[in-house]
Amino acid sequence: MEAIVSIGIGVLFGSGIWLVLRPRTFQVIIGLLLMSYGVNLSIFMMGRLWIDMPPVVAEGVVDTALHADPLPQALVLTAIVIGFATTALYLVVMIGSRGLTDTDHVDGEEPGS
Amino acid sequence: MTTWVHHLILLPVLLPLVCGAALIPLHMTRHRLKFAMSMGTLFVQTAVALVLLGLVDGEYWAGGIGVYLAANWAAPFGIALVADRLAVMMLLLGSIIGIAALLFSLGRWSRTGVHFHALFQFLLMGINGACLTHDLFNLFVFFEVMLAASYGLVLHGYNIARIRAGMQYIAINLVASLLFLIGLAMIYGTAGTLNMADLAGRVPGLGPDESELLKVGVVVLAIAFLTKSAMWPFGFWLPTTYSVASPPVAAMLVLMTKVGIYVVLRIWLLVFSKEAGTAAGFGYEVLFWGGIVTMCFGAIGMLASEAPGRMGGYGAIVSSGILLAVLGYGQSSLVAAGLFYLFSSTLAIAAFMLLIELVERVRTPGGALLAVTTEAFGIEDAPGEPVGIGIPGSLAFLGLGLAGCALVIAGLPPLSGFVGKFALFHALLQPGPAEAEIGAMSWTLGALLLVSGLAATISLMRFGVRTLWAQGTITPPRLLVSEAAPITFLLLACVALTIAAGPVFAYLGRTSDTLHQPTGYVDRVLGTPTVPGPLVPAQEGAGR
Repeated sequence: MEAIVSIGIGVLFGSGIWLVLRPRTFQVIIGLLLMSYGVNLSIFMMGRLWIDMPPVVAEGVVDTALHADPLPQALVLTAIVIGFATTALYLVVMIGSRGLTDTDHVDGEEPGS
Repeated sequence: MTTWVHHLILLPVLLPLVCGAALIPLHMTRHRLKFAMSMGTLFVQTAVALVLLGLVDGEYWAGGIGVYLAANWAAPFGIALVADRLAVMMLLLGSIIGIAALLFSLGRWSRTGVHFHALFQFLLMGINGACLTHDLFNLFVFFEVMLAASYGLVLHGYNIARIRAGMQYIAINLVASLLFLIGLAMIYGTAGTLNMADLAGRVPGLGPDESELLKVGVVVLAIAFLTKSAMWPFGFWLPTTYSVASPPVAAMLVLMTKVGIYVVLRIWLLVFSKEAGTAAGFGYEVLFWGGIVTMCFGAIGMLASEAPGRMGGYGAIVSSGILLAVLGYGQSSLVAAGLFYLFSSTLAIAAFMLLIELVERVRTPGGALLAVTTEAFGIEDAPGEPVGIGIPGSLAFLGLGLAGCALVIAGLPPLSGFVGKFALFHALLQPGPAEAEIGAMSWTLGALLLVSGLAATISLMRFGVRTLWAQGTITPPRLLVSEAAPITFLLLACVALTIAAGPVFAYLGRTSDTLHQPTGYVDRVLGTPTVPGPLVPAQEGAGR
C-alpha cells in the first residue's frame, strides 16, 4: 500500500513540476494545485498508513498502538486552507496580469513580440 | 504579581493583527487616522521590544530565554513562543525599519492604493511571529502570513512592471512553501516532533536511518528559507522584485531576506550543533560555500547594474551571502560579529531603497513614476504632487544621504559598516582556543569581504557621481520632511550603532553564546510549567 501511495504522490508532483515550468499561466496554476495535492498527501502519510484506527482518543487509559496519529491530520487541514488561500490570491494576480498585458504568458509578453 | 510579564512575548504578534483588522473597515480617504493608528501600533511594538530586550538580557528569565506557552499547553504538545536575545534583536530591527518605511509612505505611497496600512501591519505580524515562534509548523503559518501580505504590498500601486515581477515572485514563493511543507512532514515523520527545542533534544538519539532522513528533511526545509534569503542559485527573483516594488515596501523586503537568514541560523545552530551526535556539523560547509558564491554573484551584479533599485537588491544579496558564509564557518565569535553586520547592513540598505526614489526625482522631475500608477489604478483623490512640508537644501541632503548609505553598505570608516566588517576580520584572524585554525576558508572569506566592499564602493559612487555631480543643470527636487526624516532616522541609527558598538557587541556575544548551547533551550522550553488555571487542577494541566 505504501508503494502505491508513494507512486501516486510522485506522479502528482512530477506532473506539477512539469506544468509549473510551462509558459502559460493556466498551466502554472494547475501545476501548483497538483503539487499541493502531492504535498498534502505526503504530510498525511507521515502519520503512517493505518486502516480502521480512530485519531480521537477516548477518556481513560489509552493504548496508542490502537490509534492513528492525529497531528498530521491537523497539519494537513491547516496546509490545505493556507494553500487554497494563497493559490486563490495568485489567481487574482493572474487575472490582473491578463487584463493589463493582454496575454496569458507568464512573462507578461508574447515571446518574439 | 509577575504572572503577566510573559504575556509581553505575545504582544508583537497580537498588536499588528488587531490593528490591521481594525484598519480594514476604515474608508480609504481617512489617511491621517489610518496613519496614526499604524504608527501608534508600531511605537507600542517598539516599546514592547525594548522592554523584552531588558528582560532577556537581565536576570529575569533563566538563561535569557523567555517562554510563552500558547493556550497553556506544555511545551512539546502545544505551540511555544520563545523570546531570546536573537529574537528580540530581530523584533527591534523590524520595528525600526517599520517606523521608517511607514513614515516614508505618508507623503505619497500609502495613498496610491487601498489597504496599504492593513497589509503593512499583517506583514509586521508575520515577521514578528516568525521570529518569536519555536514550533516549525507555526513558523510555516507565520511565513505564509508574511508572504501573503508581501504579495499584496509588492503589487501595491498596480502597474505592468509590478504585475510581471509579482507573478514570478508569487510563483517562486508558492513552490518554496510547498517544499517547506515537505520538509516539515519529513522531520515530523522521523523525529516525531515539530518543537525546535524538542527536536534538538531528540536528534542525538536518532538511529542512522532516521538521522539521514531527518537531514534530507531539514535540507528540503532549508531550501525554502534560502530562497527567501536569496542564496545563489535561489535568488534570481530578488533584484527584479526589489527594483519594481514601491520604496517603503522594498525597505520591508530587505528585512524579509534577513528573516530567512534568521531562521536558517536558528535551526542550524539548534539541530546540527556540536551536541547533535552523528548529525553534528551537517551542512555547514554547504552553507559556507553557498554564501561565498552568493557574495560573488551579488558583487558582480552590483557592478553590472545600472538601475539603483537593482543595485540595492544585489547589495542585499551580498549581505545575505556574508551572513550565510559566517554561519557556515561555524565559530561563535564570528556569528556575533555577523549579527552586528546584519543589523547595520539591513538598516543601510533599507535607507538606500527609500533614498532611491528621491534621487530619481532629480532625473525625472514631476513624478513621472506616479502618473503610471494612478492611471492604472484609477483612484479619485490621487495626489498630483506629494503633500506635506518641503525641506531646504534638498540636493545637499541627497548627496549626504547617498554617501552615508554607501559608507555603511561598503563598510568604509567611520560608520557602523566598518565596525561590522572590522569585527568580522578580527574574529576570522583571531580564533578562540577551541575553534578552527586560520585556513583556506578564512582567507577566502576575508578576501571576498574586501572585494565585495570594493564592488559596492565602485558601483554606489558611480551612481552618485553620475546622478548628482555630472549632470549639467539640475533643479533641486522638492523633498518632504516625512520623506527625509526616515532616511535620516535610519542613518542616525547606524551612527548610534557605531557609537554604542561596545555594549552592542557585548550583547551580541551573549546572544551568540546562548545560540551555541542548545541544551539551554531544551531545558528551558521543555521545562516550563503550565500555569495552573482557576478551574482545571494543576496536575491535569501539567500531565498533558
